[in-house]
Amino acid sequence: MTSVPTPLREIAKVVRSKNAGPFEITLDIIFKSREDFEAVKKSGVITRELVSELYNVPTQAIITFGFFDLVNAVKITLPRPRAQGGVGETDMHAAQQHAPLQEIKIPWPL
Amino acid sequence: MVASTNDEIRILTPSGMLGYGFPVDHVRKGLEQKPHAITIDAGSTDSGPQKLGLGEMTCSREAYVKDIEALLELQREARVPLLISSAGGDGSDLHVDVFRDIIAEVSHKRGWHFRLARIYADIAKDHIKKELKAGRVEPLGPVPVLDPREVDAATVVVAQMGAEPFLKALDESEGVDVVVSGRAYDPAPTAAMAIRAGFDPALAWHMGKIMECGALCAEPVGRTIMGYLRRDHFELEPLNPEERCTTTSVAAHTLYEKTHPFLLAGPGGTLDLSQCRYEQVTDRRVRVSGSRFERSTPYTVKLEGAKTAGWRSIFIAGARDPIFIAQIDTILARVIQTARDYFKEVPPETYRIVPHVYGKNGVMGELEPVKTPAHELCIIVEVAAATQAIATAICGKIRTTLMHAPYPGRIATAGNLASPFTPLEIPLGQACEFNVYHLMAVDSPTALFPVRYEDIQ
Repeated sequence: MTSVPTPLREIAKVVRSKNAGPFEITLDIIFKSREDFEAVKKSGVITRELVSELYNVPTQAIITFGFFDLVNAVKITLPRPRAQGGVGETDMHAAQQHAPLQEIKIPWPL
Repeated sequence: MVASTNDEIRILTPSGMLGYGFPVDHVRKGLEQKPHAITIDAGSTDSGPQKLGLGEMTCSREAYVKDIEALLELQREARVPLLISSAGGDGSDLHVDVFRDIIAEVSHKRGWHFRLARIYADIAKDHIKKELKAGRVEPLGPVPVLDPREVDAATVVVAQMGAEPFLKALDESEGVDVVVSGRAYDPAPTAAMAIRAGFDPALAWHMGKIMECGALCAEPVGRTIMGYLRRDHFELEPLNPEERCTTTSVAAHTLYEKTHPFLLAGPGGTLDLSQCRYEQVTDRRVRVSGSRFERSTPYTVKLEGAKTAGWRSIFIAGARDPIFIAQIDTILARVIQTARDYFKEVPPETYRIVPHVYGKNGVMGELEPVKTPAHELCIIVEVAAATQAIATAICGKIRTTLMHAPYPGRIATAGNLASPFTPLEIPLGQACEFNVYHLMAVDSPTALFPVRYEDIQ
């Protein structure tokens, strides 16, 4: 079967970011089906190292990273660069920190 | 009053956030199923530290009056307890009293009589400092170790109460109809009702955890939801007939705004959802089982506090010149240094300058992986200083210097910025910062949360 690099935004049902309390950002990638979830997991593309690179955070600072099959989702939690809502805030709700994940390319069947 | 039977307790949550309004007809429909309690949460840290820092509320007083009046009316029809948590959003004592006054006002106007319990959640700073010294206060997540000076700097510190203070409020005094609480763990009112009726605390907390967001777990996301808790499972169904709970929507909801999908820490323990089962009962109703709750020793509560952090001013400007845009970082750094040198009499540790460059990394800041700027930029420079006047003065100096800053290759010699608004410098008032977000061990889950009873006439 031929596969082409396909951005996650065309595969996942939900790609989002939000505060998890005032000191953490949490990122959710939720898939449409168990099959899609398993295929993305098996591709091995989404790793702690990739998250570290995309978000400019050391791997050991990543609070949660995992594929959770009960919810067909990848969950990633990172420390906030600064406490929510203080001087220098760029995104009060951390609602727009997900975009780099959408562009992750997964080898996907045509 | 409907007594909960041995095999089921029904709880109705009109909305995930008190003050946003809710569809009264759907709630009234829910009353036909004879719920044993109505619970609604008003709390959130999500809109920022200014509530705790400056005593602001999440919604306007007018919005709270409307929702509270509607809730009290429904409570009177249903004759079951109404539990409102985290008054005002931050759940400070100040806002518990605002809610109490609204309740008294509305009831006076409508001629309603009932018994009200208020539960307070402000924690005395001396108590926190004593516990800190005793090693009983720890950071929660990626937070610095608590410095006693930060406790003093905080405007107010609240703690998230668990279910126990609600149980106390309902059982200590005869015939309490309405409870309004200060800061509470969001699921606490729902969990308290179920635990009080003798049901499994794990299921009670899990059902509360989902219902505190109203029908956010439905598809499409909604407001009003009914929970049915039984001996070994619970079920959820939205009250808007257009919405449905699905196994996916309910299971996935536990991801929302949480650090971890399965481990949810709260007052007195951690909810473990890793072994849960989700079953579709009807096309709109889901059954959940297998929730587990691990008690923590000692019992801990989460402290939340914020301080004021000076006064802020900003300016907003656009840039469209590609020669300027290509050098934006170095130009800004130079201009900011010029302003610092100019205001050398202002101690540098008393003010902060933060440029936000939209079209480059305005949204993601240091997390931004894309390094190529767009064809136009929006530049916002934020200055926080000890007074509004100093913040505006520094901001103005940066703006005028940036407007006329020379840079290599400059051919647009009349000005570097496109300014959309006057005033060119905009005063923003006081800034706030979260500075307490820690776990504190307590000897008793109720001792720090005093309850006051009152007959509303």
